[in-house]
Amino acid sequence: MKFTDVISPFLAWSRAAKKVDTIPYPTQKNPGADRYRGFHINDTTKCIGCGRCEVICENKAIDMIKVEGIEPTKGDSGLRPVVDYGRCCWCALCIDVCSTGSLGFTNSYSWITENPDTCRYTPGIDKKGWDKEEKGYRQDNDVLGWAGSPREQMEIETPEKRIENFEEVVKGYTVEQAMEEASRCIECGLCISACPAHMHIPDYLKAIAEGRFVDAVKLFYDNNPLPEMCGKVCTRQCETVCAMGYQGESIAIRWLKRFACEQFDSLADVLALDAQPGEPNGKKVAVVGAGPSGLSAAYYLSKKGYEVHVFDRLDNGGGVSWNAIPEYRLPANGINKQMEVFEQAGVIFNFGREVTLDLLTELESGFDAVYLAVGLQKPSDARIEGEDIPEVRPAFDFLMSAPDKGEKLTGKKVIVIGGGNVAMDAARTCVRLGADVVLSYRRRVEDMPADDEEIHEAMEETIDFRPQTIPIRIEKTASGIKYLYHEAEMVPNPKGGRPRPKPKDDVEHAIEADILFSAIGQSSDIEFIPEAMQKEMEINWGRIIVDENQYTGFKNFFAGGDITPGEGDAITAIADGLRAVKGIINRLK
Amino acid sequence: MSEIYDPATDPKKTTHLFFGPQHPGVTGNMSIEMWFDGDQVTKAITHVGYLHRGFEKLMESRLWIQNFPLVCRICVPEPDINEECYALAIEELAGIEVPERAKWIRTLVLELARFAVNLMAFGGQAGTLGLGTGAMWGITFRDFVLDLFEELTGARIYHIYIQPGGVRRDLPPGFEKRVEEVLSKIEERLPELDRLILNNAVFKLRTKNIGVVNPEWIEEYGLVGPVARGSGSVRDVRKDAPYEIYDKLDFDVVSETGSDVYARANVRRREIDLSMSLIRQILSGMPTGPVAAKLPNLTEWRVPAGEFYSRVESSRGEYGYYVVSDGSLKPRRVHVRGPSYVHAVPLLERMLVGANIADVSNIMVSLTTCPPEIER
Repeated sequence: MKFTDVISPFLAWSRAAKKVDTIPYPTQKNPGADRYRGFHINDTTKCIGCGRCEVICENKAIDMIKVEGIEPTKGDSGLRPVVDYGRCCWCALCIDVCSTGSLGFTNSYSWITENPDTCRYTPGIDKKGWDKEEKGYRQDNDVLGWAGSPREQMEIETPEKRIENFEEVVKGYTVEQAMEEASRCIECGLCISACPAHMHIPDYLKAIAEGRFVDAVKLFYDNNPLPEMCGKVCTRQCETVCAMGYQGESIAIRWLKRFACEQFDSLADVLALDAQPGEPNGKKVAVVGAGPSGLSAAYYLSKKGYEVHVFDRLDNGGGVSWNAIPEYRLPANGINKQMEVFEQAGVIFNFGREVTLDLLTELESGFDAVYLAVGLQKPSDARIEGEDIPEVRPAFDFLMSAPDKGEKLTGKKVIVIGGGNVAMDAARTCVRLGADVVLSYRRRVEDMPADDEEIHEAMEETIDFRPQTIPIRIEKTASGIKYLYHEAEMVPNPKGGRPRPKPKDDVEHAIEADILFSAIGQSSDIEFIPEAMQKEMEINWGRIIVDENQYTGFKNFFAGGDITPGEGDAITAIADGLRAVKGIINRLK
Repeated sequence: MSEIYDPATDPKKTTHLFFGPQHPGVTGNMSIEMWFDGDQVTKAITHVGYLHRGFEKLMESRLWIQNFPLVCRICVPEPDINEECYALAIEELAGIEVPERAKWIRTLVLELARFAVNLMAFGGQAGTLGLGTGAMWGITFRDFVLDLFEELTGARIYHIYIQPGGVRRDLPPGFEKRVEEVLSKIEERLPELDRLILNNAVFKLRTKNIGVVNPEWIEEYGLVGPVARGSGSVRDVRKDAPYEIYDKLDFDVVSETGSDVYARANVRRREIDLSMSLIRQILSGMPTGPVAAKLPNLTEWRVPAGEFYSRVESSRGEYGYYVVSDGSLKPRRVHVRGPSYVHAVPLLERMLVGANIADVSNIMVSLTTCPPEIER
């Protein structure tokens, strides 16, 4: 103990003369740091209502609620998070996992209110003083990557190798890859509403992630009897709305469906008792067309105990989907595996039966209900001068003729007109047959209705893309044909919608070729329907108009698939089939 | 059954008193039931349970990631050790490689937290003797550090900043400069605090030879941290089993031999200097690069089955988490092992016998007890 020890504590008085460290609130305020975790804000136009914030919140402070003025659409649940500040602990997990990055914290932390009920509010909807606050804790997806992750890459054949044959381009996932990919799902369910058939996507992804592949297949068959086909060529509307796609890549839902089906040699064995004819109820239903829509209706009706007869002019099932899509996308030998299931479920097939007026009259009297799912059979006219030249052929007929087993086009020059999947299929098939292919399309590449992957792969396969080319006419030459076109520029469409192509100038460009395939769509052929019947139905542009249960309004006739107006893809056709089942059951009660 | 007669609790000779749980002199919410003969304690029993929130059990019903906002709440002054221990265990079980920069930032955060808690505890030690100025200054200094935390993590107390695979955000621009500014400011004022506390006749009289921890008890009770180091021990997890980047930093373990309250206060005071030295070393050697490893989908994250005991040096001594995973979405078991149990229950009960009633709070605070880690 020293004498200074007695004196030194008193030196603390010197601090009394110095500036205080305490902030004299409210004359001086202390704003939160730039990264402060204060009150929530939400950009409700960016938010898709996936509910990931609600799931991750360990305090159950967030609920997803329906708000006025935001309607559910494809890819938006119409729900928005409401935050209860009696529960919130400001951990910011909701911010870091927000799939669109719409949710954030502001640096406002002070809020005085007389009404405690207002401490539960919907950020972005209920106006608050800090709505415009720029500062605060926001998502930094570059650091954490919790809001989006990259897709498991599927092995794909190199363009050089794949144009040599008709083998499948993609190789499929391994078990590890598939489980990894499926585990990326956040189970928001936006995909369910986007899928026309409303498949149980999060459920089967979870089953795949957990290695329960049998369960996954059973879940597929709940509302889609052609999962392997959809697993390969579906237009995957589910993936376009996937919440993971906003800041990462959408989950490969299509490939995972394919993967689960590929795990089994026989789907019929996997389904076993799940795919059996129901207790016969004595009613007979005829299904015209064994494409996706007809098969779906047939499968679920048969399981309900109806005696279902399917008629198709082709020798096997699958319709256009299976017969026109080239081998490298959808190998034809896969159809038997799927058809086994239908046979096990008791569907009776009548293949090779051309649909005629007589047949339809016969069905009208012999069956309790008829489902028309004949699809579109007639290639549309290109309406170009010179399209009657024999070298100008419809791409659809070419694809239906099993081109991989047909003529070789080695050294030939081929022009394909169109930008849809049929155009891509025709172009890529010709490349595989040895041809030199030019693809002409009126609009830009981004306007092409074909699948992005298809376009990308076609570009890799040496196909010469000529977008913004307006056909003028086709001329016959000594060796083949001459295709003349204008180069186009895009002008805004006065009626709204996507921009329209307009010739840039009067210059006529020409390409000489041996064959030209036109792939500008198919139209319906309803000549098989007796005129009297046609009068009873509402028919618009060759398409049969139906109600929400696919009912045509004529006797017990139902219709679905491409013969009715719609998206024109397989999964929509399947969904039509499902609705028709409901309609037929209700009508035959 | 009649109770066995204990002269220490003889109602005719002793006064029976509860100290706490709601009392400014008690660390956290615990209480000490005491019997006095005159002003001398004859018997003391520590009662805990007032803060029991069932952390360990709650953790079993939450996703792995959802436990981070929970674990930090086990310790108010130093939440980061909980996040660190839990993250270390998950990383070990899941085989996650932490980027180098993230390790440096984590060490920075842990040292800043230790720095803040020691400032408060050092001042708090004076507070137990009625030297309120020392306590206030200590809290003020800590607040400067909290400003840094607010800037770095977005929160002042519960940072929820350390995550499996790294940290949640990179350092904000110019952060190093502001850390240095805060260090300089505090360093400049620390001599004032020293004059007020360590060089204070009253403080010396009230702490020297008071609350003596016999060095033999270190092994007997398993004492750690400033309690052990105030009695000559050189045990420090940072040195003995270096985690993060402590093996790359140059430091000596702080140790005093006085064994009394004064020695323990002095250990804390020297720890403040050590933390400042370590923070400066970290800032000067901070590498560049990513700060977080990629994690799987958090809501579907199954940490592989296994068990791991992770430990770090907290301001109170060795602090550990025993984490068991059964390969599911949630932890099977998490056990939090802090040093407070031995310090606050058997050791304190023993040390208080014979102590003066006015020194109870003094001794208790010098043992750095934290009730939430006793009753996880």
